[in-house]
Amino acid sequence: MSTATVAQPELVGRGNKEGAALFRQWFRELTEAQERGEHAAYVFVMGSMAEVLKAFDFHLVFPEINSLQTAVRHVALDYLNEAEDYGYSPDICGYVKADVAVQLRGGEHPMGRIPRPSLAVATNACNTYIKWAEIWERFYHVPVFTFDIPGTRQAYTRADVGSPDFERDRRYVEHQLQELIALCEEITGTPFDVDKLRQVLHNANVMSRNWARVLELNRERPAVFNALTEGTIYLGVANALRGTPDGADYFVRLVEEMEYKVAHGIGTLPEEKYRLIFVGVPCYPIFRRFYEFFAEWGGVFVNSTYLWFASGGFNRGFQYDLERPLESLATGILLSVSDAMDSMFFQDRVLAHMVADYHVDGIVFHPIKSCRTVSTGLADTRRAVMAQTDVLTLYIESDMMDQRVVSEAQLKNRIDAFFEGLATRKLQAGAA
Amino acid sequence: MNVLDGWQDKPLDDILWLCRELVEDAEFPTVRRWREAGGKVLGHFQVYFPEEIAHAAGMLPVKVAGAPVEARHADSHFGSYLCSILRSSLELALTGRLELDMFVTHPICDAARNLAGIWARNFSYPAQILYLPQNANSAYAVPYLRDEYDRLRRDIEQVVGRPVTDEAIRRSIEVFNENRRLIRELYAIKRETPWLLSVDEAYVLVAIGGRIPREEHNELLRAVIPMIRERQAPRQDKIRVVFEGGFCEQPPLDMLRAIGQSCYVVDDDLLIGLRWILDDVPTEGDPLYNLADAYINMSSYSPVQHDLRKPKEKMLLERIRNARAEAAIITAAKMCEPGLDEQVAYAKALDEAGIPYFVSEFEQKMTSFDHLQIQLETFVENILFV
Repeated sequence: MSTATVAQPELVGRGNKEGAALFRQWFRELTEAQERGEHAAYVFVMGSMAEVLKAFDFHLVFPEINSLQTAVRHVALDYLNEAEDYGYSPDICGYVKADVAVQLRGGEHPMGRIPRPSLAVATNACNTYIKWAEIWERFYHVPVFTFDIPGTRQAYTRADVGSPDFERDRRYVEHQLQELIALCEEITGTPFDVDKLRQVLHNANVMSRNWARVLELNRERPAVFNALTEGTIYLGVANALRGTPDGADYFVRLVEEMEYKVAHGIGTLPEEKYRLIFVGVPCYPIFRRFYEFFAEWGGVFVNSTYLWFASGGFNRGFQYDLERPLESLATGILLSVSDAMDSMFFQDRVLAHMVADYHVDGIVFHPIKSCRTVSTGLADTRRAVMAQTDVLTLYIESDMMDQRVVSEAQLKNRIDAFFEGLATRKLQAGAA
Repeated sequence: MNVLDGWQDKPLDDILWLCRELVEDAEFPTVRRWREAGGKVLGHFQVYFPEEIAHAAGMLPVKVAGAPVEARHADSHFGSYLCSILRSSLELALTGRLELDMFVTHPICDAARNLAGIWARNFSYPAQILYLPQNANSAYAVPYLRDEYDRLRRDIEQVVGRPVTDEAIRRSIEVFNENRRLIRELYAIKRETPWLLSVDEAYVLVAIGGRIPREEHNELLRAVIPMIRERQAPRQDKIRVVFEGGFCEQPPLDMLRAIGQSCYVVDDDLLIGLRWILDDVPTEGDPLYNLADAYINMSSYSPVQHDLRKPKEKMLLERIRNARAEAAIITAAKMCEPGLDEQVAYAKALDEAGIPYFVSEFEQKMTSFDHLQIQLETFVENILFV
């Protein structure tokens, strides 16, 4: 009998508990890093370059995660107001503003103290990353490395690995990797150790492979995790602990838990009625309540584009070739980050496929004020998806940070109406 | 063929009036004429595009910068929190006011890069993102961009159905070099004798270039520049200012006119893409490499490009210094993340340098500027009389 079928009820919920514990530990380490004078790199979830930075023992600081934590903990508005008093517009990204306030407070954050950066790396996967990094450049006068990753040029066309167009982009990425490595050597005073990189890549391979497996397992009925809530915990670990032994171990154990739940028919909801896809960024200011709006109707998010792009395409499960570490890292970064970008800019056909693969009843589009990268194309994507599939869709706007633009009552009304439509459709299908 | 006729032998004021009418015409009559004569059109979103490559293919490169139109059709394709230029650009295309054979957008901002997907889902002609490098400081940025331009050339060749030779691109570079020289002359007039050319007049003379073949634009500028120099216009008691914030969405012409009532705008970043390259691009050697090198190493600055050599606030101070301006007008289009982010850095730098500045936001579809004018006059009076 495999481990997955042995009765081990203690497995259920383990990923959530261990993920939360690892997160607290990670923030503790960040707090201590400053005291110990260790190097910290400010990075972003889409293209964190964790593989290179971990090979130089940088502590990774994800300001996006820091910011969303202030929203989940209901203190974001204080931070937003502080940044707006400093001069930032109400109409810009709330993550940026919360982080500005964290920096103005000397790193003070509800989860600990955020260390000052020795380096910042911003990819072009989101243009606001670059503007954001410029703020640190001005605050701290630290090197900012803008890592450029060319994405898909035309919808539904992507250069095949090994094709001349792909190779041209890959060479550009590899060249930048070498430049980043040289910069890391300069900052840390440590020569690059390719074997250390191989170890990080190995850990990343384990994580990525298992992350892809976790997502795949949610095709089962009932869904074993909610992509909006539990998925966000897994996502946090995927980003914060990328390339580490703890991260690798976590994901191996997470797969074990999910396979156990599949084998025993244990769903994330007591009774799953509607399977949904979430498109966009979560509503962190009312994170729990937002989930309940759906869960109370038996709606479960079986997948989410957020788990794709916000893991920087880690969901792809790309496996680095340890025999050719730098070349393979360049290929992996190019493929994964391009994939993350595609899941924001060219997502309609992918969503249509996902509807079939995950047996989906409805899609929830959630554009937000803060993030134009994710939100700009959603209304148009919705039109395209509705033309390609027969699922019901819901389009609701709010924000990931700013509770001033989150109207709970309005959201609930729209969501209730959406479920009434789903219920009617189910009844009609049953009668037919 | 000429798409812009009826200006030759006319006095300067008539030519300016004609340009203003055309720049404000959301039906794009010059582009329509080009298409009716069988020409193909490549529309490119702001900020910079290597128009030489489209020009060498015999296409008309047109700046897609929206227009002050109601987004009746486009609104159902977008959410709430977006800039006007995005909505109105799509509106122009959806309503057939601006008919294209190819559309190119750039990763200049989070919103603009979504346009390739939106266009692909709504139009049958090719739409793409031209990945201009964001890592301007990589030693590999120029070779990469050279290859990206080559990829673009191949895509354009598919549209026009014939090869685009290096020689043709070299000839186009010569045309555009002349164009940039003429625009620099126009800006020199604004800088040295701003009473001869107001900000809105200079604007329409430059902006019309984004809607007509560049040879015609050159001919127009060659004719009007001597006329401007000979203009009999009295020097007035206005302050010299730099206008910043017009790199992508363009302020309404009436807003520029309102600013011109109380200020001499001696330099600006309006339509900076047309002036992005600061000197002649060499015509010897690989023309695509030369264009790529010019983009990276011989170029202006904007909030949508990060270059360690060009911190934006220092570049702004340099622009103010070079133009001998006394103050700055720091604007941003509503909902424009890069512009609004940059306003903060600009304001801090100007505070430190002790340079007075006026902050505002604008939107393409704004129609009333009385309030802005009163505020601006108060700002100017504070400088003139304190």
